[in-house]
Amino acid sequence: MASAAHAMETKKTGTQGLATLGVALLLAVAGYSALFVAPTEATMGLIQRIFYFHVPFGWSAFVAFFISFLCSIGYLRSRAPKWDWLAVSSAEVGVPFVTVLLITGPMWGIWWTWDARLTSTFVLWVLYVCYLLLRTLIDEPERRAVVSAVFGIFAAFDVPLVYFSIWFFRTQHPQPVIGAGGSLDPRMRDVLLLCWAATLGLLALLLRQRYRLEALRYEVECLRLESDRRGPGPQGFATVSNPGRSG
Amino acid sequence: MALGRPIGILLAKELRTEFRTRELLVSTLVFVLIVLVLFSFTFDPTTAESRRFGPGLLWLALLFAGSLMLHPSFTREQSNDTLVALRLAPIEPVSIVAAKILANFCFLLVAELVLLPVFAALYNLRLLPVLGRLVAVLVLGTLALSIVGTVFAAISSQARMRELLLPLLLLPLLTPALVASVEATAGLFEDRPALPAVWVGVLAAFDTIFLTVTWLFGEYLLEE
Repeated sequence: MASAAHAMETKKTGTQGLATLGVALLLAVAGYSALFVAPTEATMGLIQRIFYFHVPFGWSAFVAFFISFLCSIGYLRSRAPKWDWLAVSSAEVGVPFVTVLLITGPMWGIWWTWDARLTSTFVLWVLYVCYLLLRTLIDEPERRAVVSAVFGIFAAFDVPLVYFSIWFFRTQHPQPVIGAGGSLDPRMRDVLLLCWAATLGLLALLLRQRYRLEALRYEVECLRLESDRRGPGPQGFATVSNPGRSG
Repeated sequence: MALGRPIGILLAKELRTEFRTRELLVSTLVFVLIVLVLFSFTFDPTTAESRRFGPGLLWLALLFAGSLMLHPSFTREQSNDTLVALRLAPIEPVSIVAAKILANFCFLLVAELVLLPVFAALYNLRLLPVLGRLVAVLVLGTLALSIVGTVFAAISSQARMRELLLPLLLLPLLTPALVASVEATAGLFEDRPALPAVWVGVLAAFDTIFLTVTWLFGEYLLEE
């Protein structure tokens, strides 16, 4: 029995290693093609190559937050803890992805500008940082899951409103807008899609790790609550050690 | 089950509790007044400058006031353990939230109507020609503030550091409502006052969306 569990654990570690290797390879190929395969952009030059990571990280972050939103609804409907684990995992992986987006944007040349997309992405980032903060401030697992699911749903419905209102606000007041526009060279598009696949792979990998961590954390929390309910003192140990001593 | 009657009864109870002490209303009034006066030191409050900054100041002051004053609507129930009694009543749980939203909406609106003449006098703005449209914007904006604010007060009342948490949750989420209210109000203080339809639309959409979300998911916040 123990050896079977051990074998399964080894197999799990094996597939995980393989997955990690695959994603690392994909990232390497994507990085290589972004730097050397894609043609250099006519006006912006080399700096435009940031685009191949800037945009895919943004798209993947939106995928992560959308997963978090769906899982929040799933949790409230079913009350299965796994939905909550996936919701927090994807929010927590999404936040660093948006951070990459916010850091690679200014590397493009302008440190900060109150551009519509930049501002709304910043609000999005703050919303999900608050979601994670809220989770740290509630101890009881089930309460935390319910309350943060409701907040996650509110935040998700807010995102389109934020983007629309800030976009409209900025187009009324003339501002420099960093927009793609125009047509994309097919080779550029292929590299972009490859990079997106790589960041999605990274997202899946991190999500899986974080999900397992959350499951373990939940187990520890339940055990701790259980032992608190049984009251202080080493009675548990006493009952186990007594038969050995008498025998 | 009908929602109207329980909401009416609960709303009457909320208003009665508040008007016995009036502590929420008075402190909101004083707080917004202080903020408005303090803002006047940060720039030269001539008519031209006030037109540019006034609407933003008014809405920011209201938002800050809301994020502080909406907090007691659930903690007051907690300290007396009355939320359990409300939950035991044979009514839809969402009507408890709805009554609290309506009550907070009333408190904030009363405070705003008292503050409006003071604001106009302090910042040299002419209210009378646009009063009707301004009240319409105030109603829509305040509804946005009280819907999200009340739901988040229920959320933050269940966490540690609750006083600090409510503004943290509320302010970023209210960004679209703030932008829309400020722009709609600013349109009314132009040389030729006009109510920008798109911003009224954004406010109405915000209110509708979050009322629906509250109706669908609000009751989960009240379970024990």
